[in-house]
Amino acid sequence: MEVTASASASRIKIRQRSHASAVLQITLLSLTLLTIYGLITIDSRNVDVFAALGDMINNFRIVFTEPRLEKLSWFDLLRELMITVSLGLLTTVIGAVFALFLALFAAQNLAPRRVNDAVKALMAFVRAVPTVLWVLFFAVAAGLGSVAAVVGMAFHSVGYLVKAYAETFEELDAGVLEALRASGANWWQTVFQAVLPSSASALLSWTFVRFEINFSVAIAMGATAGAGGIGYDMFMASAFYLDLRELGMFTYAVLLFAILLEWSATRLKVTVGARRSY
Amino acid sequence: MTILEVDSVIKRYGTETVALDNVSFSVQPGEFVAIIGPSGAGKSTLLRCINRLIDVTSGDIRFAGVSVPQLRGAALRRHRTQIGMIFQHYNLVNRLSVIENVLHGRLGYKNTLQGILGLYSEQEKRDAVRILETLGLTEQMYKRCDQLSGGQKQRVGIARALVQKPKMLLCDEPIASLDPSSAKVIMDTLQDINRTMGITVLVNLHQVDVALHYAERIIGVNKGRIIYDGAPHALSNAQIYQIYGSEAGELILDLKERYAA
Amino acid sequence: MQPEAFFRRRRLQSLLFLLIITALTYGGILMTQFDVTQGLMAIPRAFSWAIANFIPDERAWSRLPRILEKLQETVLMAVASSSIASVFGLGLALLGANTTRPHPWFSLPARALASVFRNIDVSVWALILLFSFGQSGFTGFFALFFVTLGFITRVMVETIDEVSTDSVEALRATGAGYTAIISQSVIPACLPQLISWVLYMIETNIRSATLVGILTGTGIGFLFDLYFKNFSYGSASLVVLLTVAVVLIIETVSNYVRRVIL
Repeated sequence: MEVTASASASRIKIRQRSHASAVLQITLLSLTLLTIYGLITIDSRNVDVFAALGDMINNFRIVFTEPRLEKLSWFDLLRELMITVSLGLLTTVIGAVFALFLALFAAQNLAPRRVNDAVKALMAFVRAVPTVLWVLFFAVAAGLGSVAAVVGMAFHSVGYLVKAYAETFEELDAGVLEALRASGANWWQTVFQAVLPSSASALLSWTFVRFEINFSVAIAMGATAGAGGIGYDMFMASAFYLDLRELGMFTYAVLLFAILLEWSATRLKVTVGARRSY
Repeated sequence: MTILEVDSVIKRYGTETVALDNVSFSVQPGEFVAIIGPSGAGKSTLLRCINRLIDVTSGDIRFAGVSVPQLRGAALRRHRTQIGMIFQHYNLVNRLSVIENVLHGRLGYKNTLQGILGLYSEQEKRDAVRILETLGLTEQMYKRCDQLSGGQKQRVGIARALVQKPKMLLCDEPIASLDPSSAKVIMDTLQDINRTMGITVLVNLHQVDVALHYAERIIGVNKGRIIYDGAPHALSNAQIYQIYGSEAGELILDLKERYAA
Repeated sequence: MQPEAFFRRRRLQSLLFLLIITALTYGGILMTQFDVTQGLMAIPRAFSWAIANFIPDERAWSRLPRILEKLQETVLMAVASSSIASVFGLGLALLGANTTRPHPWFSLPARALASVFRNIDVSVWALILLFSFGQSGFTGFFALFFVTLGFITRVMVETIDEVSTDSVEALRATGAGYTAIISQSVIPACLPQLISWVLYMIETNIRSATLVGILTGTGIGFLFDLYFKNFSYGSASLVVLLTVAVVLIIETVSNYVRRVIL
């Protein structure tokens, strides 16, 4: 090493090149360049950004300080919010049921390698399609509405939860599975007596995280893909009635519910979500 | 001439908990002082009051003639550069190399821009390399700190403190996370620094036997009060019992074995 | 406790849990007026339809340059908004984290602001921003920016307190100033985590940008919507396939970078 020599050499390097730091720097550089290029080429449609930013501040003020209901009553607001919550809940439950089954085949310690790879690849594809495209896709067969929304959102939830569940299963203590197999338990017995009980709380956490996500997605699907609920009302307030104040009230409603969910997640010690990628 | 004078220091957390209860003592330049006591006695708080990582509630601390509790901004930073600190958990930036962590000891001397960019002079780098050499870490210089053993990490911590050119070292449980042989290396190193460089050393220790072996002077603390302050050989079993309370039994037993050997 | 009582309680708990979930699901079905049989039938119908119609045709391939252009626009928007938001998010996290906040009073406002930003869905931000930025790329950019800012702040507050508390104490003890501590200890310690989260947000934001594009008439989402509503299913399918390909490529690259730097 050049270290001993460097004590007397004129310049002492304090950093040594490593593969990791090179990758880090290349990543940073690429992100910077892509960001600059992205900002230059953004589709501005002749909007004056600085004027619009001032306008944005003023709009935020209206949204957050002058909310009120105009076309809907408080009861309507609650009903619409509940429709959106139900959509999130329903798709999470459906997604969880199918995902639980599929995840058993995606986990390396529970199924043969070839089955793992096939299920995982399929799920990677399902996840990579944005939810809204799934919903619109099913809308061809079922028409725009709750059926397409539920099936489309459930599809994406399955893709997400299979990955999360399978990783949970793979973290299981190999010794426990071995012990049960050694005692003559068959595959299904192992799953029900060891795998599911020991990962139950992690599975529930992941499911709750997905419920949080699906609540947001349900708003978005109401706004873009005819799923109804509060998202649709927000879309109407924004695009048709141009009513910032009513939009503000809706925004508070979804914000409060989302914060309630996040708070429950912390209370229920749902820790998996923030630690690993969603 | 005293280098450090702690005068009637009280530290309260909130209104209830009293961490330091009227603590007074003074330290001469070049002394090797061990502060012993059970966990939660206030040893860590005491050290951190000296370099003002913690503010005292009342009382005065004078270091090299300067009153510490009132220091602010640049003066406080200058005060801290004169005191090196060594931690139980080493407190290194694990992702950075050994040499980078050692050079962190020079940041107190930097202006804002130099600090942000991490600009160090060649002289500073040479000092850092020389200190690493004396501590036997030359080979590890460019390794990331998370690849080192506990004993090596602690030596990096010592190097970071020495590169500050401190007048005094504060060591907060420096060997509590180490195995016995690494612990011996670290304590020998501290003793060596004290003897050859003349740097005053204040070390918090949980283990009485280590304190008795290395220190010229023992300060025993319990519940924020000084119970004993004097030479190691004058420390009686009864006083150890007073310092450690119910934990003392095993400690005294260990000591007897040690003296028997 | 008696063994029988133990097992009875276990079974009762599981039963209660299932009962509650079933009730909620049933309530959800009623609320959303979801037709279960239709839903089940929609799946095979959609896929058999897809095999016949949802395949890139010749017209689709002739539109390839335009699709790629819009796809690039969406990817760049996701990258730019995620990267810029992460810089601001790191700043907000430094104010919010217990280890690095300049004063205890900064903590709560910083965290509260981040909470508002991330708990309002990206589509809602887009609907609000439409008033100021209209059907331009900025609407999507800022919508993604706000949500990412809130998310990055949250995860970085945790990361900062987790990885740098000790080294910050050590550097304060050496007399180092605030900016030196941040740049020499906190940022080097947290950077790999930050990059990892940015890459994750880019993946997420490409999907979100597709959605926002439908609302704002920009990027790949707009193009899909356009083809779909004009029954150009072949072209729409090409959009989906290319989007999937890009998302998977970015996921692979991200996973590689994460494996090396973490």
